[in-house]
Formats: sequence, C-alpha cells, structure tokens
Amino acid sequence: MNEHIVKAYDEELKTLHALIRHMGEKTVEQIRKAIQSLIERNGKLAQEVIDHDNEINLLEIKVDELAVRILALRQPVASDLRMVVAALKISNQVERIADYAANIAKRTLLLNEMPPFPGIEGLSTLVRIPKQMIEKAISAFAASDVDLALQVWHMDREVDELYNAYLRQLFDTMITDPKNIGPCTQLLFAAKNIERIGDQSTNIAEAVYTMVTGKPFKESDTLKK
Amino acid sequence: MGALFLSARDLRLKMAPKMNVKDLNLFYGDKQALFNVSLDLPEFQTTALIGPSGCGKSSFLRCLNRMNDIVPSAQVEGQVLLDGHDIYAPSVDVVELRTHVGMVFQKPNPFPRSIYENVAYGPRIHCLFKNKTDLDKIVEKSLHRAGLWGEVKDRLHQPATRLSGGQQQRLCIARAIAVNPDVILMDEPCSALDPIATAKVEELIDELREKFTIVIVTHNLQQAARVSQQTAFFHSGYLVEAGETGALFTTPQDKRTQGYITGRYG
Repeated sequence: MNEHIVKAYDEELKTLHALIRHMGEKTVEQIRKAIQSLIERNGKLAQEVIDHDNEINLLEIKVDELAVRILALRQPVASDLRMVVAALKISNQVERIADYAANIAKRTLLLNEMPPFPGIEGLSTLVRIPKQMIEKAISAFAASDVDLALQVWHMDREVDELYNAYLRQLFDTMITDPKNIGPCTQLLFAAKNIERIGDQSTNIAEAVYTMVTGKPFKESDTLKK
Repeated sequence: MGALFLSARDLRLKMAPKMNVKDLNLFYGDKQALFNVSLDLPEFQTTALIGPSGCGKSSFLRCLNRMNDIVPSAQVEGQVLLDGHDIYAPSVDVVELRTHVGMVFQKPNPFPRSIYENVAYGPRIHCLFKNKTDLDKIVEKSLHRAGLWGEVKDRLHQPATRLSGGQQQRLCIARAIAVNPDVILMDEPCSALDPIATAKVEELIDELREKFTIVIVTHNLQQAARVSQQTAFFHSGYLVEAGETGALFTTPQDKRTQGYITGRYG
C-alpha cells in the first residue's frame, strides 16, 4: 500500500504494527521456556519466565497508549482504522497468552517440590499446535494474510482433541495411584492453560480476518477455504 | 464493524430517492468535467460529496439546481430527476426550480440588508405569503430552524453583515429554507468557519434532515463522516464509489477511495 502523505502518521502505524509483532515473538518465547522449565524441572528458567511477564504487560500498555493516541490525533479510517482496532484487540489476547505461559512456569516451581513425574512429557506434545497457532496468528497479522488466519482457526479443533486425550490420560494416572493426584492436578492446570493458548490464538486469527476483510468473522467463512 | 454497516450499504432500501441522477455528463467547452455519473439522493438523508480538488464534486452539485446554466460554455447531458421530473426539461422554469433546490455557498454571502430582509427576500420574490404577519412568521420559523432565532430576535432590523461569520452562514441557511425547498445544496458551508460555528452548522444539518434532503460538498472528511448518511467519492470527473457513510469509511470497496480517505492519495 502507498505511504501516507503525512509521514509521522505512517511512522505511528508502523510502530503499532511492530509492537504487536514484538509482543507476539516475546510471548512465543515465553511459552517455549515455560514448557521447557516444566519438563526439565528447571526452576531458574521458570522464574525467568515469571519475571519477564511484566515486560509483556508493559508492551500491552504501550500498544493501548499508542492506539488511543492515533485514534485521537489521526482519526484513522478504512484499513488504517481496522488495523488500529485489531491491534487493540490482539495486544489484549497476546497479553493473556503470556499470562498463561507465566502460569505454566509457576506450576514448574510447585512440581519441583514433588518427586519426578513421568506423565509430564505429554505436555510437550500438547503445546506443539497452540504454539504454532500463536506464531501463525501473529504472522497472519504481520502479513495481513487471511488464509493463514483461517488456518489458525482450523487448527484449534485438533488442540481440543489432544487436550481431551491428555485429560483422560491424567485421570487414569490419578485413579491408578492416588499419590499421583498432587502432580496431576498441577498438570491439569498447565494443560488447561495450553488449551486456552489455542483459543486465544483463534481470537487473534478472527481479529486478523476482520482487519483484512472488513467483515465480522463467521464460522461459515471458514468453509470457503 | 461490518454487518451493521454492510446491511445498510444500499440506502435506497431505506429511503426513496428524492433526486435521481442518471448518466450525467458535463462539459465546459471541449473539456469534460463529469463522466456518466449516476447517483440517487435519498429523501431526508444527507449525502456528502468528497474527492480531491477538481474531481467534479462541485460541478456535480451545481448540476442539481442548474447553476451551470450561467456558465456559457457548460453543456449537460443525461438526466437529473427531482421527484421523477427532469429538471433539464425545456418546460422547467429555472427560478422556480431553485425554490425547490436551494443552495448555501462556501463563504457566507448575506445581502447588505437587515437580518429580517435577508430571510424575507425569497418569500417576497416568490410571493409565498399572504400578509405581513404571515411573512413575520416565515422569517421567525426559518431563523428558528436555522438555530439563529435566539441570537437575533432582538435585532432583526440590524444589518446582517454585523453578524459573526458563523451566524451569517446560519442566516444564509435560514434564507435558503425560507422558501421551503425540498433539497438544500451546500458547497463547503463550513470551510470559512471556526470549530464552534462549524459544530453548530453540523448540528443544524442534522436537524434540517427531518424536513429536507441535503447534499453537501466538503473537503473535510471527518465532517462528511459526521454529517452524512450517504457518501459519494468523486475522482477525475467519475463517481468512483457511493455508499452508506459508515461502510464507506470503514470498508471502502475501491482502492482510490481507500487511498484518498486514509491520506495516501497522490
């Protein structure tokens, strides 16, 4: 797209865009580290994830401030307006996803006080798709790519299936030996957080869809692809 | 965003058109200023005409009450219908037409007479009143509708030129509506006014919409967005895109509209 006649306006929109991408990348990194800390029982890494969460909170505030400033001073319309509105929504979702990563890291600290537990590896399988979803959702935003956004939307079903399968596995483990209930409860929460990462990524994908097409997202739209 | 606006994209479903313009071509001598413009102006709605300088929006506006007749080289082809009647038909009396389609200009242009006489002028020349009391009523009602009555009722016989710019512009609007037109054309009515006076005129436009159909040319895109229900974007003499204002400003369909309204034009 052509640049704005007013260059400062262009710069502000570019900064907003870059902030969202930066938030997204940081959050993906937080998820990776959180899961790694859980599986490797690495308390130091978990603490790092918890400490870094505030950086993402601050980025969300930055996005809010810049978006409100652009709305007030530039009165964006059309695709510019849709981008600013999408940025506001997406930063909110990404911040929430980062909170899930921090929550998972907190589980690491609790699990580290218990004996090692074998069922933990299941989480690395479970997190694979939600992590891809947030990555792709942010890429879809960066490239204004509707097809990629719809791909993200479709991936969520598989997450739900894997999540349910993992829950059954944890329940079986708990029934087999009540000693497992402690660690399994922590893993239940972690699994729930991972599943929610998928859901929030779907919301980002929907925001991208509306940003690009100007239409509200409807499930029937996904059938066209 | 979308559904609310998109469902209303076709205004003709909501309001019957007061005027229909069909395949309008306008020439100034050899130069063609408008190319096959077709646009419906829905009754009791405000239509905003936007576009870069020289795009033909003012020329289009002037076709709606045959203001181009006074330009010797101007030649109009196509149809402009008011309530289904072609205003370019040979039988049409142009002076009579302009009582139905009034106009407000960019710069306030009160006559160098009293406030009262400015408003009474139209009813006088068209003999639209029975007696003095009747004329007084028309003047009061018009000033009321133009939101000016409270400010001028004690000095109706003072020169209109003593009013502030914003008041003068609202006086011109009162003068336009004194003959009870169907359609009011406004050519950048706020470009010479400060923000407060502009807000008053915009509020007035919204109120006048109850009784009149309004067409406004404006360079201020936010103003178009604020006051109109339909927006039409002109470019190089062509009507590029027209639609419900909310839809046009959130999801324009044409790249040229997108470029212009977002400030990427040029």
